[in-house]
Amino acid sequence: MAFDILEPGLATSVQDLGRLGYYNVGIPQGGAMDQLSASMANALVGNAETDAVLECAYLGPKFTTDTDAVIAVTGAPVQVRINGTATEQWTRLALYAGDEVSFGMLSGGTRYYIAVQGGIDVPLVLGSRSTYALGALGGLQGRALKAGDTVPVGTVEPSGPRPVRESIPEDLRPAYAKEVTVRILPGLYDHRLTAEGMETLVSASWKLTPVADRTGLRYSGPDIAWKPRTQPFGAGSDPSNIVDAGYAVGSIQIPGGKEPIVLHRDAVSGGGYAMVATVISADMDVVARSAPGTVTHFEPVTMEQALVARADAARTRRAVWE
Amino acid sequence: MADIVSPLPGIFYRKPAPDKEPFANEGDSIEAGQTIGVVEIMKQFSEIRSDVAGTLESFAVEDSGTVNPGDIIATVSEG
Repeated sequence: MAFDILEPGLATSVQDLGRLGYYNVGIPQGGAMDQLSASMANALVGNAETDAVLECAYLGPKFTTDTDAVIAVTGAPVQVRINGTATEQWTRLALYAGDEVSFGMLSGGTRYYIAVQGGIDVPLVLGSRSTYALGALGGLQGRALKAGDTVPVGTVEPSGPRPVRESIPEDLRPAYAKEVTVRILPGLYDHRLTAEGMETLVSASWKLTPVADRTGLRYSGPDIAWKPRTQPFGAGSDPSNIVDAGYAVGSIQIPGGKEPIVLHRDAVSGGGYAMVATVISADMDVVARSAPGTVTHFEPVTMEQALVARADAARTRRAVWE
Repeated sequence: MADIVSPLPGIFYRKPAPDKEPFANEGDSIEAGQTIGVVEIMKQFSEIRSDVAGTLESFAVEDSGTVNPGDIIATVSEG
């Protein structure tokens, strides 16, 4: 069972929950950028949450299925078409052998997810099917899909898994807002900013630039002042340079005091830029859903608040599986 | 009149490279399927093509301007 890719879309890749446990050797956790949407897609088709899905950015693929299949599309609002006829997102869809799936234009957000019953069946690499394109690892031959690819789909047991839900209720679906608040935990290098610099970071309205991908997202806004310092041995000459250190997932850098960058799921694990704060894990999906132009406010929180938010996010995620 | 619409967000460029001539200019007659510019997003350039043949009447977006999905980039008078 397989999907035949007629058009690949802009950057369609196989993703799952991520490749945990290798960050210390420089391999990022990766996985679906918008974990909640990917999880909901799996719930709709009767998969396990660990099954791999297709992540589509901006322009989706056009593909046919070689056997009957059950799919679901979640994530950024987009028109889904089966054999040219518009159909619904956030619901289970039945495909017959030979059916063609294609997509219209996004009306918000950035990424949407296609789950298929049985999961995308590429080999596990270091415990995950996620594509890490920079490292040419995982997914389909370690890269985004191309026209002419055959994407293997897992076989479903004769008894079949029971889909958890037929559709996702509107109140459980994530929002794709033009203005968002992203909670951050200050540190580890916030002491390197001036007081005004930190104040600017948490009070300015930042606008997501088109320079945003699975590695990181760059925001435009006012300049942020770093404290002057004597260049330490081993650090670069920019005031935001440090002696190399490990990067927290979701950490924020401000090279040269201009345009903060939020590192995302495929970011490098370390380097020589000071991290002034880290996006809390509960809000990484919010960042992942942001389209260029999204007005973003960074709100500082404490570790206790971050942990409460993480527990809340886990409850939301579990809700569709009950 | 037919509108050429950007299917994706990003930066619209009228030239294939900074030192090259524009893909097309206002007043040019263009073929169906002809590229009139590119949109850059995620370090990838997607060609923007006209669905119809005709005369390129006007650009609605400046060179290096930001576009969103559904934004009109240019207008073509058919025929």
